Parts: sequence; C-alpha cells; structure tokens
Amino acid sequence: MTYTAIIIGGGVVGALTARALAKYSCSVLLVEKNSDVAAGSSKANSGVAHAGFDAAPGSNKAVYNVLGSRVMESVCEELDVHYKRNGSMVLAFSEDETAELRALLRQGTENGVGGLSIISGSEARALEPALSGEVKSALLAETGGILCPYSLAANAAECAALNGAAIIRGAEAADIRKEGGCFTVAAALGTFKGKYVINAAGLYADKISRAAGDDSIHITPRRGEYMLFDKKLGGLVSHTIFQTPHKVLGKGVLVTPTVDGNLLIGPNALNLDDGGASETTLAGQTAIWELASKSVPCIKRSGLITSFAGLRAVADEDDFIIGWSKAVPGLLNAAGIQSPGLTASPAIAEYLAGLIVEAEGGLGLNPSFNPCLEKRPAIPELSEADLNALIEKNAAYGNIVCRCETVSEGHISEAIRRDCGAVDIDGVKRRTRAGMGRCQGGFCMPRVLEILARETGRPFTEMTKKGDGSYILSGKR
Amino acid sequence: MKTTDLAVIGAGPAGMGAALAARKHGVKDIIILERADKAGGILPQCIHNGFGLHRFREELTGPEYALRFLKAAEKEHIEIKLNSMAIEITPDLTVVAMSRENGVVRYRAKAIVLAMGCRERTRGAIQIPGARPAGVITAGTAQRFVNIEGYMPGKEIVILGSGDVGLIMARRLTLEGAAVKAVCEIMPQSGGLRRNISQCLNDFNIPLLLNTTVNEIHGRERVSGVTIARVDEKFRPVSGTELYIPCDTLMLSVGLIPENELSRAAGVELAENGGAKADRYMRTNVPGIFACGNVVHVHDLVDYVTDESEEAGKNAAYYILGRKTGGKGYTFHQKTPETDEALAVNERRLTCIVCPVGCNMIVRLDEKGGVADVSGNKCKKGGYYAIEEFTAPRRVLTSTVPYEFNRETGFAPVKTKGAMPKKLLIAAMGEIAKIRLNKPAGAGDVIIRDLLGTGADVVLTDDLPL
Repeated sequence: MTYTAIIIGGGVVGALTARALAKYSCSVLLVEKNSDVAAGSSKANSGVAHAGFDAAPGSNKAVYNVLGSRVMESVCEELDVHYKRNGSMVLAFSEDETAELRALLRQGTENGVGGLSIISGSEARALEPALSGEVKSALLAETGGILCPYSLAANAAECAALNGAAIIRGAEAADIRKEGGCFTVAAALGTFKGKYVINAAGLYADKISRAAGDDSIHITPRRGEYMLFDKKLGGLVSHTIFQTPHKVLGKGVLVTPTVDGNLLIGPNALNLDDGGASETTLAGQTAIWELASKSVPCIKRSGLITSFAGLRAVADEDDFIIGWSKAVPGLLNAAGIQSPGLTASPAIAEYLAGLIVEAEGGLGLNPSFNPCLEKRPAIPELSEADLNALIEKNAAYGNIVCRCETVSEGHISEAIRRDCGAVDIDGVKRRTRAGMGRCQGGFCMPRVLEILARETGRPFTEMTKKGDGSYILSGKR
Repeated sequence: MKTTDLAVIGAGPAGMGAALAARKHGVKDIIILERADKAGGILPQCIHNGFGLHRFREELTGPEYALRFLKAAEKEHIEIKLNSMAIEITPDLTVVAMSRENGVVRYRAKAIVLAMGCRERTRGAIQIPGARPAGVITAGTAQRFVNIEGYMPGKEIVILGSGDVGLIMARRLTLEGAAVKAVCEIMPQSGGLRRNISQCLNDFNIPLLLNTTVNEIHGRERVSGVTIARVDEKFRPVSGTELYIPCDTLMLSVGLIPENELSRAAGVELAENGGAKADRYMRTNVPGIFACGNVVHVHDLVDYVTDESEEAGKNAAYYILGRKTGGKGYTFHQKTPETDEALAVNERRLTCIVCPVGCNMIVRLDEKGGVADVSGNKCKKGGYYAIEEFTAPRRVLTSTVPYEFNRETGFAPVKTKGAMPKKLLIAAMGEIAKIRLNKPAGAGDVIIRDLLGTGADVVLTDDLPL
C-alpha cells in the first residue's frame, strides 16, 4: 500500500503529528528507529510548557510556543498526560538583569503572552520562600506550566494507533527515494511507500532530509545535564524558576517541580558532534548544581535520585525549521525542534497536518476519530473505593510491584498490552513510573522484567532496558 | 477497618523477632504484613553461611536463619499476611495495606513495629558520571537474579564498593563462572567484614583496589567498560590515574539506607542516617510506634537485628498491655576499629573466618613453611583454623539447585554440611550443577552424599514449597 504520509520519528512532534493526521481520512505510518517512541529528546528534557516570552517576535519558536502553550492543557487532558499550570519566574540578580526582564516582558507581550508581570525580590520570596535573598526582581509568567514529556509522546502515539495510524518501532529509516510522485522509505523492518514524508527525526533530521535529497538542514546536538531529586524535595518550589537568559547559554539552569512531584534542576548546554552521546559528566553536574544553588540555595544534595542528560536538536538557523522542503517536493520538515519544542509540539503537529490536508486539496474527516485516551489513573490518584473496585475486577491491581511510586502489576501489564505499549524496562518506566522512584528500580526491576517476559511470551534473557543490545541478563546460570 | 493489637510491618528477621517477643510477653492478636510472597525479608536470597553464630552458636545460611523464626511463628500461630504491601501508616496507628486478595485494607492497631529493613544506594545517589546503558546493577538485585531467579547479570564484572553484599556476590558470581575483574573501594579501608574479604576476594584472587572509584561508565546499549581512578583525601578522582577496564557489568555495593517512607508518613522522627529514630527501648517519638532492625540503622549481623527486635517486641507488648517500660533496654553494637601492625619476614596476616568476629591473627611460619605459632586469635578454634589454612584450607560451599514438581519451579538453596577442601570448590560447583530436584524436600535433606569423596554432604537449607 501507499501511505498518505510516512512520519519519521516518534518523539512528541512525530507522535502528535500522527495523531493530528489521524483526524482525517488518510493513511499514516510512523517509523521510529528506537525500540520505543519517546526515546530521544522527548524523554530527557525539562518537562516545561514555556509561556512564550523567550523567543524573538515573529520567529517560529515564538509563534508555535505561544500557540502550543494555549492548547497544551487541553491536549494533555485528552491524552491523559499529567500537566499543571504552575507559573514560572525569571529571576534577576542585578539592576541590569531587571532591565532585561522588562525587555522580556515587552517581548512576551508582543508575542501574545498574557499574565506577565514584574515583581520585586521580596514579592518573589513571598511566593517562593526558598529563593535566594540575592534576588532583586522577577518576571512572573502565570501561563507557564509543567508536564510529563515522555507521556505526551507515548500517549499521542497510542492515540494515533487507536485511530488507525500504523506505528513501527525499531525501524531506522536508512534510505529515502522519490520516484513518480511517491516516496519509498527503506527502514530496518521493511520498505514503505508514502505520498508525503514528514521528517520529525529530531537529532537526525538533517540525515533524514539529506537522505531524501535536501541538503539545507544541519543539526548540532546540544547536550544538557539534569539532576532529579526525591519527591520529599518536590515542594521546595512551586513555580518553575529560571534565571535571566544568557545570550550564549540561552534560558540557562532552571529549578522546577516536576509534574509528578520531584524536583528537577538543569540543564547546562554543550554542543556535541555525536548525536548519541547523552553522558553525564562531573563538570556538568557541578556546573548545574552551582547555578541552581544561585536561585535556590537550600537544595539538599542528599535528596538526589538520579542524573541524566538529554540532547536538543539545534539547527544552524537557531529557529524551528517547519514546512515544505524547497529541494524535495512532498518532504515536510520539522527540524531543529529544540526548546521550546515540547511546548510548541501540539501546534507544530496541527500545522504540519494542515499542510498535508491543503496539499491533498482537502481531506475528509475520519468519522471514528477519538482525540481522547481512556483515563488510567495511577494508584496515588485513586480513591480507596475506586482502587478496591479496580482490584475486585482484576486482582493484579492489588499487587504492588514498585513500592517507591506505588505501581501495581495490573498497571504494568496494561502498559505493555495497550496499543503502542511498552516493550522494554524503560518503556514500562515511562508509562507507569515503575523504577522512577528513589530506589531507581533496585526493588522492582526484576519483577518488571518478569511481567514483561510473561506478557510478551519471551524468555527473561531477551528482555532489555531500551532495545537491541541493552539486555539485562547475560544468560541462565 | 480491621483491628489488631500489634501490627508488624515486614516479615524479615526484625519483624518476626519482634512478633515472637511480643507473643512471649502476652500479646495475643498479632499480624505481620509482608510485601513478598515469602517470609524472611532479604534472608532467602542470602544463601551464604555466616548467620547465627552469636545467636545460636552455630553457623547458618540466610534461609536457615529465617526458617527458625518462621517455624517459631507458625508454632505460635502468628499470622503472616504475604503479598501485602503497607502503603501508609498514620500517627493514630492505622496501617493501610494492599494485596491481590483483599484489596485495600485498614488495620487499626494498639501498637505498630516498623521492620521494613533497608534498601540499596543507587548509581543516581552517588552520581557516577557517564553513559546510561543496561548492565549497572546493585549487588542485592544481582543476588536476587542469581539466587532466586537463576540468571546471571553479566559475564565480566567490576564491583564498586566493598560492602558485604558486594563481597558475597563477588564470590558467588565467580563460582557461577563470571569474571570479577576488581572491587573498587573509594575509602582507604573496606566497609565489609574482614572474613568476607578473605573468603570472597582473596580466595579467588579478586583484587581489592582501595582509594579507588569508578569515574565514568561507558557503553551505549550495554556497559562496555568503566574508567576507574584513584581518589585524593577529599575523594576526588586524581587526574592521570585513570584506568579503563572492559566489562559488561558494573555492580554497586555502595551502602544501604533504612527504608523510611512509611516511618515519615507516620510522623516518626528520623535520625541523621535516615532511619527511624528509636530510644534504647526501640520506641519512636510516636507513642505506640516501635522500630527495629535495618529500618533503624543498618546492622552488620542479623544476630544483632534479632536482639534489637526482641527489645522492640517486648516493649510493644508492655505498651499494649499497659505495663511500664523498664529494664536496661538495648545497646547498639559499635564496630571496633581494626588496626594492623607491621609484620616480620616470617609472619603472615590471616583473618579468621570461623566466626563473624574475624580475628586478625598473625601466623609465624617455621623454615619449612609450616606453622610455628599463631597469635591474635580470641579462641582455640581460630588457632586450629590458622594451621589448617596453611596446610589444607577448607571452606563451606553454598549454592542453589533447580527444582520442578507440582507445577512449582524455582531454585532451592544448598550448602555443604561442614567445610570441604578449598581447592575442590569449582569442581564441587560442577557436581551441584548436575542436580535437579523433582519431589518435595525440606531443609536438612541430603541431596549429594559425600561430595567428591570429601566426606561433606550437600544439604538443602530451605523447605521446598509443597
């Protein structure tokens, strides 16, 4: 068959675009090179829905950030993704920085961001008692939010699949040809034909566009390291705390609660030439710690749960590249989607889907399209009565597998069985939070592995952390 | 809402010890909540020997130690609710528990004993930089995979941290055919018992690298190697001392932390180590809530956990029955510092492995290499051990064997009854590997008689499920 569109990349942009296209009568295929969706930049970032005052007016970043920020809450509601409008603050530590905050406020207003105001240092500390006494003033952005980024990508892919999109994981697009008005994408698991190709390949968007015959894009991976703290520190701040942006380093190091109740600090910024190198470094960890401590001096290092690094895809243009390729008709690029890419992703997806509909001269609606996923509340979100009802129906919901995050066997099985469900340990973790807590899977990992093996009908030794090569066990005794 | 006199959280040695003591002091209505499908806490996976020397004056394996308490609890008709996870404790002494069978159940208790044990520190907590591949595993998790599930976590292993679990696993993985390349310890001395360094590392020529840490983890999908480095007195890696070791697994034995989520939720004050703060009667600041075992602080020996839990159980009983708390209470065991003096040419240092005291003995050799005399041993047994060690060294071997019957499959722990020649350990592993159990059996049952003609029988150390 020939798909209407083949989407390359299962991050937030690719997955939400698949869902946006599934609204229409058309056939959609999403191919993802990793073993699972949400396994690239979408899994390791700040998880922040930016208000939209950072980017220069008129830029794609500004436009799609503001549009995305407006719809994010409803998209998350539809897709059963945790989201909270917690508001954000940009701190100024000097008069010069306060002047920059005023410029940011003007820029934000021009971008169409509402709810911006400048408050004094003491007003900021009244809102956030943990802030440093050195804070002179702050830009308060009421529309800033936090969300779970990997849930957004995974749930969008699931929603797309439920609405008819085909999703193939573990399929790296190696070769793309265009013949007679049709693309042929050779991927690891087969060759697929499509009328349009949507390049949402994140760090590899330049490789994909080049493979299709468009040399105009160049992506530099920019690594950012993070430190994630125990939930007991999650209440240290309620807003997302930024520092006055630096001309080179961008938005700089933030201190934020995560939507799931942890405390997160980071990222730093280091340009790399290797798209896969998401290592943490001693220097990087020290740097973000020191910078975060400038904003919030009392973060207890003993509360650290884990450190990680994520890679942002930075285009040479330093703006999102969204739209039809000039060199290859029918190739639609969504490249250079670095920050505020997560916030912008729902708006970018709608825009890309709209371009396909327009190119097709209009498409009928998919009559059975359902934008919503069924709600799957986690145990801490359930009332005792509802939880007992759930256990009554399926006893596996009464068996707690991950004690740190209170995740049941029933929740884990469901996360594996659902459309575009988990296939490895990290996939279970992203969908259920099993292993995300303070013991980092020390207790639950063997049990999750056992459930994965049982659900997939494969031996323990084939179970992986994150796809091919990442086996957990080397063999039987 | 159900009611009970005493709710004990955890059926490990601490919980069972406390429940038994409470029963002894007159508490009738006791319930132990255990999240696992088997009582014993961590002991069932601790198949090695060395437990019970203080308590029972004999050397037991983990499963055997647990079995003694389990049998006593059965005899006393103390109810152990398995597969039941306590998810919340409130300061008014209500325990919220969850299970497959009963869903969410609330127990209103007159007293509660916290006995949840401890958990392992992770890579994240100690911030080892580098990539995030599969193959970084804590020693306790590896122990579960090997001893309970019957799988190997890797083939070429570097261990960070010389805690006892790590040392025990170095030996266990070596006996199962893995190559343990080194044990790195950031401190100038090991945190493990001396006898474990002797039996688990020295016996197998596994190097213990002191003042050394893992500086970076390499590998994209699976660990491909680690960079180790010496550290300075502030534990910072010293530039120029880095060494790359290829391996597929980094195993962590970097400390244990008391479980404290439930303690905190119950309003129990925590000590600096993160554990529940308890006085010498094992009382916490919340009236009616007691704590014992590794939930208070991490113990070197389970024997001490038992002593402590009996104090907790007794005082919980006094509390329930309205008796006045009294007696001298429980004193925490303090580790005695271990110092080494200089040796003469004909002297050898030897750590006694006869008991956990691990006497630091000095063996003086005669011209022929025989033992002239032994000093530093606190008992006669140590002297005999030293002579034997220099002539024909012997060890107790522990392992597991697979069983399959009545649709039950799993691995059962075994040990040699008495010690066997050290040089035959690997050959003995080969003999034990041939065994498959296909009918019910119990602890103490002989599964190999006269192993390799050594005179030592191989016996089960746990009851198989019926």
